Amino acid sequence: MEFRFTEEQEMIRDTAQAFLAEVSTPAAVRGAMVTERGYDEALWKRISEDMMWPALHIPEEYGGMGLGYVELAAMQEQMGRYLLCSPFLATVGFAVNTLLVAGSESQKQRYLPEVVAGKTATLAFMGPGSECDADAVQATFTTEEQGYCLNGEYRYVTDGHSAELLLVAARAPGTSGEAGISLFVLPAETEGVRREWLPTMDQTRKQAALFFDNVRLDASALLGEEANAWPALAKVLDLATIAVAAEQVGVAQQALDSSVAYTSERVQFGRTIASYQAIKHKAADMMLRAEAARSALYYAACIADEALAGNPRGAELAEAASIAKAYCSDAAFFNAGCGIQLHGGVGITAEYDIQLYFKRAKSTETLLGNAAWHRDRLARQLLDGESV
Amino acid sequence: MKLSFNAQDEAFRDEVADWLANHLCGEFEAIRGRGGPGDEHSFVEERKAWEQELASGGWTGLGWPTAFGGRGASIEQQVIFNEEYARAGGPGRMGHIGETLMGPTLIAFGTDLQREHYLPGIRAGKQFWCQGYSEPAAGSDLANVKTRARFDETSQQWYISGQKVWTSLAHESEYCFVIARTDPTSVGHKGLGVFLVAMAQPGVTVRPIEQLTGTSEFNEVFFDDAVCSADDIVGEPGDGWKVGMGLLGFERGVSTLGQQMLFQNELDEIIRIARANGAARNPALRQRIAEAHIGLRIMRFNSMRMLSGGGDDGSLQKEAMIYKLYWATWHRNLGKLAMDVLGAESEIISAAPYELNRLQSLYLFTRADTIYGGTNQIQRNIIAERALGMPREPRG
Ligand SMILES: Cc1cc2nc3c(=O)[nH]c(=O)nc-3n(C[C@H](O)[C@H](O)[C@H](O)COP(=O)(O)OP(=O)(O)OC[C@H]3O[C@@H](n4cnc5c(N)ncnc54)[C@H](O)[C@@H]3O)c2cc1C
Repeated sequence: MEFRFTEEQEMIRDTAQAFLAEVSTPAAVRGAMVTERGYDEALWKRISEDMMWPALHIPEEYGGMGLGYVELAAMQEQMGRYLLCSPFLATVGFAVNTLLVAGSESQKQRYLPEVVAGKTATLAFMGPGSECDADAVQATFTTEEQGYCLNGEYRYVTDGHSAELLLVAARAPGTSGEAGISLFVLPAETEGVRREWLPTMDQTRKQAALFFDNVRLDASALLGEEANAWPALAKVLDLATIAVAAEQVGVAQQALDSSVAYTSERVQFGRTIASYQAIKHKAADMMLRAEAARSALYYAACIADEALAGNPRGAELAEAASIAKAYCSDAAFFNAGCGIQLHGGVGITAEYDIQLYFKRAKSTETLLGNAAWHRDRLARQLLDGESV
Repeated sequence: MKLSFNAQDEAFRDEVADWLANHLCGEFEAIRGRGGPGDEHSFVEERKAWEQELASGGWTGLGWPTAFGGRGASIEQQVIFNEEYARAGGPGRMGHIGETLMGPTLIAFGTDLQREHYLPGIRAGKQFWCQGYSEPAAGSDLANVKTRARFDETSQQWYISGQKVWTSLAHESEYCFVIARTDPTSVGHKGLGVFLVAMAQPGVTVRPIEQLTGTSEFNEVFFDDAVCSADDIVGEPGDGWKVGMGLLGFERGVSTLGQQMLFQNELDEIIRIARANGAARNPALRQRIAEAHIGLRIMRFNSMRMLSGGGDDGSLQKEAMIYKLYWATWHRNLGKLAMDVLGAESEIISAAPYELNRLQSLYLFTRADTIYGGTNQIQRNIIAERALGMPREPRG
């Protein structure tokens, strides 16, 4: 059995890890997170130009590196571990996947090389107060002579205020559920688009609201089939979900590592607190969760590769994504929460990093369906005979 | 990173499945799916006969080297065998302890004489073994064993005296491998030896212990100058800890996928009941059923990592270190879930005086999963100390 990283994959992960240890230091994270943009543009330039990260799973014919989702997951795990502040998830996890899954040949030819060159992008699909199923799509499109006209409000858009390129979902008026959904691509500067930063509890990842007021797009902005884009969008969301789960594995691991390091230094009652069994057992439970989460992630990443390649096993994508997201969400939260407890009073300070992981655990849990939402999706498959 | 076994292994899978389909039938039909955890007491004679059937098909000693009468199967093939065995409803293996613990120990640490004497009986499915480790004062703290082994120069025999407890299937076994103190002045893991002791002799008394299920799978075993020959110590006097613990290192995930197949059958049954009795409409139970499904799938992915060898940092196999704690806890929770899905019916047993249905046995017996083979607490100690490098427990 070869369900483990190849040497090349290990190298990619180790390179990412070494780079992030250098550039995504606690000071750098704190510097970026207090800005509205939320990331350091010079660093993003290095990430895209020197490291070529946005190019990772873009096929070579569009200027990408042509690697797969396992490599992507391995890297995104490290980004979670170092709390990298960057538009990577929005650009790659959301937008690139949308272009790969739903884009026409000419749209891929046009937009993917721009991403390779460092252009940022994101996907907007959720209306206010919605959950991340098909009903989340609330903005509407109408057809016009020359193309389309879009109206409505998007919320919770990852890096929506800073992304240069927007992928958006909208539905035909009067439709609901999976029917009537279309996907479009447009420059963020298009007339009628207003963008508003939404300050967030997890400052290391930014969100925005987008307001579309009679945004006119020509026919070439449509991705895939008009009013029939839900299957593509669902696939994109599952792929993005796996990228988020990868971050959560990194969060779970780092919460464990920093807790072990801290408790091994801190002395109370004349011995390091790491020598107390209550602490050791908590750490063991955290390791169990981090490792099981990692197993779930690697499997989901392999299935994502199958799905992107159009292989039969790709049919497992939704299930694998839900398994990974449900487990990794709980694992990241458990580990970061226990991490604060094991740190004692310093865990409550702004100075120590564990609080940042606790917040990232929560924001990634909420993003693209929390654990309960994914378990519910699986329950429908198991108990009601629905395919997810 | 790949998801599948290779073509050669898949061909082996077909061979196993074929053989089982053609042999696990007729006189063996009745024992299909029987004798698993909590059900070890049933169909004992039939299951012993089945061991011989397996032996005649060349399926015992699967992972042993061919030089020792085994089949020399790769880890993958052993995994596949166990998985197909479980899929086919193969009964709980009577020969399990001999094949997976005693055999490999003799192959690793035994003498030629011991191998010639004991391996063929195990291989043939004719001689069954039990494990005499735990004692009243030596549970988690196994190094605290008090049973003594004394060598008598005139008779050239070892004399063993003391008490073992929780000895699974002792009442069905021809032999016991006993860990005992060869140096009466020693303490802890020094001065121990591992002995191969025949059960049918005046110095050995087996007393079954009734379990919470009303059945008796484990026993107290009393040794009162029980004898074995000078050749029946594995390794040297004083090597007992190394030899006895060496066994436990042989678990390399070979049985995991087979075990998970049984778990899957249990979960499927729970889902079937939930759909039939309306529990599937209860939102809290839906969440727990989904959680059980997630947990079992991840158990498989974890095994796949384990079977692929090497930690992902090339050193520690962390996924292997969490395995026991993970599955035991998952299975114990499944037992509780089964009862909650059954609702009021969960209390009604099959018949007096105390005949439990399968899920009731599951519920009760899964409490043992987090105790035997290293309790959950001991697992956590091991993980914290060996994987995370935290300080060792102080000793009294
Ligand atoms: C079904 C079943 C079958 C078995 N079959 C066999 C067999 O065939 N052969 C055999 O030799 N043995 C067998 N055992 C025995 C088994 O290995 C022991 O029960 C186990 O090692 C625990 O020992 P104990 O029962 O003495 O519990 P104890 O060691 O007394 O433990 C009691 C409690 O204290 C906790 N504890 C103990 N030490 C520590 C510590 N250092 N830190 C924190 N908590 C601690 C334990 O986790 C447990 O919760 C079997 C047990 C069961 C339940």
